[in-house]
Amino acid sequence: MNAREEEPVVDLALAREHGLSDEEYQRIVEILGRTPSFPELGIFSVMWSEHCSYKSSKKYLKTFPTQGACVIHGPGENAGVVYIGDGLAAVFKIESHNHPSFIAPKQGAATGVGGILRDVFTMGARPVANLNSLRLGPLDQPLHQYLLAGVVEGVGSYGNAVGVATIGGETQFHACYAGNILVNAFSLGIVEIDKIFLARASGVGNPVMYVGSKTGRDGIHGASLLASAEFDAETEAKLPTVQVGDPFTEKCLIEACLELMETDAVVGIQDMGAAGLTCSSFEMASLSGTGIALDLDAVPQRETGMVPYELLLSESQERMLLVARAGREEEIAEIFRRWDLDVAVVGRVTDDGRMRIQWKGETVVDIPVDPVAKSSPELDRPVAVPADLGERQKLDLASVAPEEDFEAALCELLGSPNLGSKEWIYRQYDQFVQGDTLIRPGGDAALIRVRDRNGEPTAKGLAMSLDCNPRWCWLDPRMGAMAAVAEAARNVACTGARPLALTNCLNFGNPERPEIMWEFAEATRGISEAAIALDTPVVSGNVSFYNETSGRAIFPTPTIGVVGLLEN
Amino acid sequence: MFSVIQFPGSLDDRDMRFAFDSVLKASARLVWHKEPELPPETRAVVLPGGFSYGDYLRCGAMAQYSPVMAAVKRFAEAGGPVLGVCNGFQVLCESGLLPGALLRNQDLHFGCDFVNLRVERVMSLFTARAAAAQVLRIPIKNGEGAYFAAPDDLARLEANGQVALRYCDENGVVDGASNPNGSLANIAGITNERGNVMGLMPHPEHAIEAAVGGTDGLFLLGSLVDAVRETESAR
Repeated sequence: MNAREEEPVVDLALAREHGLSDEEYQRIVEILGRTPSFPELGIFSVMWSEHCSYKSSKKYLKTFPTQGACVIHGPGENAGVVYIGDGLAAVFKIESHNHPSFIAPKQGAATGVGGILRDVFTMGARPVANLNSLRLGPLDQPLHQYLLAGVVEGVGSYGNAVGVATIGGETQFHACYAGNILVNAFSLGIVEIDKIFLARASGVGNPVMYVGSKTGRDGIHGASLLASAEFDAETEAKLPTVQVGDPFTEKCLIEACLELMETDAVVGIQDMGAAGLTCSSFEMASLSGTGIALDLDAVPQRETGMVPYELLLSESQERMLLVARAGREEEIAEIFRRWDLDVAVVGRVTDDGRMRIQWKGETVVDIPVDPVAKSSPELDRPVAVPADLGERQKLDLASVAPEEDFEAALCELLGSPNLGSKEWIYRQYDQFVQGDTLIRPGGDAALIRVRDRNGEPTAKGLAMSLDCNPRWCWLDPRMGAMAAVAEAARNVACTGARPLALTNCLNFGNPERPEIMWEFAEATRGISEAAIALDTPVVSGNVSFYNETSGRAIFPTPTIGVVGLLEN
Repeated sequence: MFSVIQFPGSLDDRDMRFAFDSVLKASARLVWHKEPELPPETRAVVLPGGFSYGDYLRCGAMAQYSPVMAAVKRFAEAGGPVLGVCNGFQVLCESGLLPGALLRNQDLHFGCDFVNLRVERVMSLFTARAAAAQVLRIPIKNGEGAYFAAPDDLARLEANGQVALRYCDENGVVDGASNPNGSLANIAGITNERGNVMGLMPHPEHAIEAAVGGTDGLFLLGSLVDAVRETESAR
């Protein structure tokens, strides 16, 4: 029997279940001139999800200063690329994995690390340093002891097993994160500027190749349903949308991809992250003005009986999509087979600007690329000053009783998890691998030594720091965000390095609430102002909305990562 | 030439090659785990740290079956020097080239820090550059680093002087507080009875430059380089 006959009927009700609005569904029908098929509906729902389309934040992200003397690639690519001299560039980005980490702390945090690593090595860079920013509820709650232990184990289990040193970050505990923790992972890699790879699908007739792990049923709708909606009492039921990480495969994938990139057989490459095969193929075609014809039967599969909807939306980890020069397929396959990784030609680049997807000889998806990828909705959501802002900012100093026992007060401060040593956390991370860690965790900023293209040490160093003061951002998002940029830049400067550029991870509540959008608008304004003042352009970043549970949002938390260069 | 074995999931392989090749100026090369033979010019074999095959089973349990390991065993049986660090130590125990096993750390967490090691015995191959009872400060990083051996094996190790390094404090005192992972008798590194195969959990290749981790690792890796050079000039 044809499995497609079991597919549900596509209508407005099903579109709503997929998180699409009525207007969005109407637009889909207009674009196609017909009712979408079930897999097509799935594609639109993930591509137009908040997580993938940035529909609520686009308007503000466009205002970031992204140009600078050192900037090679700014936002829009997998990660930002900044020139550091001698033909080398630093590639870096920070990304959130908040909701998965709350539901499944170890796997959520681990796959967050895996995802950000792929964003970096996709561009041809060898990842050399990881940082993370963790925010949880009060540690006297057993749930948050469990979440912290799980998140730290997840970050460590992945970073340690792929051979990238985890050398810095920040950790904070506050009641506003009790129902929605934040796990932001940062990764930095180094690349030779003539070996930078982009997500492009150019050259009609060129083969589209799938490499890495097989596709399974894990993580379906991780991006659309998990990351693009707030938590409620039903949150536990979303466990199946969390992906499972395999750092061993990732390590092999890093080595195989970097080996491949030493050849000139690759036209473009993109990791399969959020929305997997769908997002990666649409992005590559859209950025090149081409189309792609895909054959789903050729996709390496971990399970039997998978249908197009699942194959297209799976967020199985450790997979990459690349476009090769025609005729070089066997040479490429040889490299991946040597590393015992799956490799398959799954399609061809076409010139018709359409995504045509075949399954068992039948066309299951046939949609124009650009309307899905480029013309995704851009919202201008209502903005309103929070009604309680005045209340937030009020503090009657007379209500604060003078301290009587200063010694006890000092001990209490030093003993608080927010101020105390974070050694319990960072000693679970490999800080030495690759042999370039100059400043280990515990100081102001992390500092690594830069190696040249032959792997020999240079006199150069790269400093990096993640910072944010969310309470300040809650009281005054613009000033708080400016302060976060300034703090990260100061920490970098403390090592002697000159701040070059920044990446940001904007963690906020539900954008459908005007006061949250106000916080977001103010915070992005503050980041821009500080970035211009310090000449540290924004080169990459990520937005995480819907960080709230049952209507209670986190403090606005724009985590800022600044990278600086130490010349000698 | 130093042959550094590269298993899938090896992580410190390039660092180990850098230590021998660039810092100690002894030629070193990565050897892929699927090779059936070692390069003929091999004078010493190094099994680096990492998570070979992901170490989803017992650490090193898969790597012992890599094709190259048969050649490594033949090389060791012929008296060739073999050094295993961290995962390499685990692989040597799994493949029977060294006695005992490495268990989960006592606190059940991966642990990364500097440790102090007391040189228990000055041996021609692995510790000749150090003095007896010298204290070395070297990084350690593992989740399964607690050395364990059956009582008979442990007694033999001690009686034969096969314990090369013990965890200690900065003054060389070996006690419970200086044991980072629950290893029996604070054992950090051992050799086989013949003295040509050594395994240790700490990472000497991460202590080879003053700016990055200090230089105490050179007492160990440098000893091996000296020994190899001596046999080469004696040829």
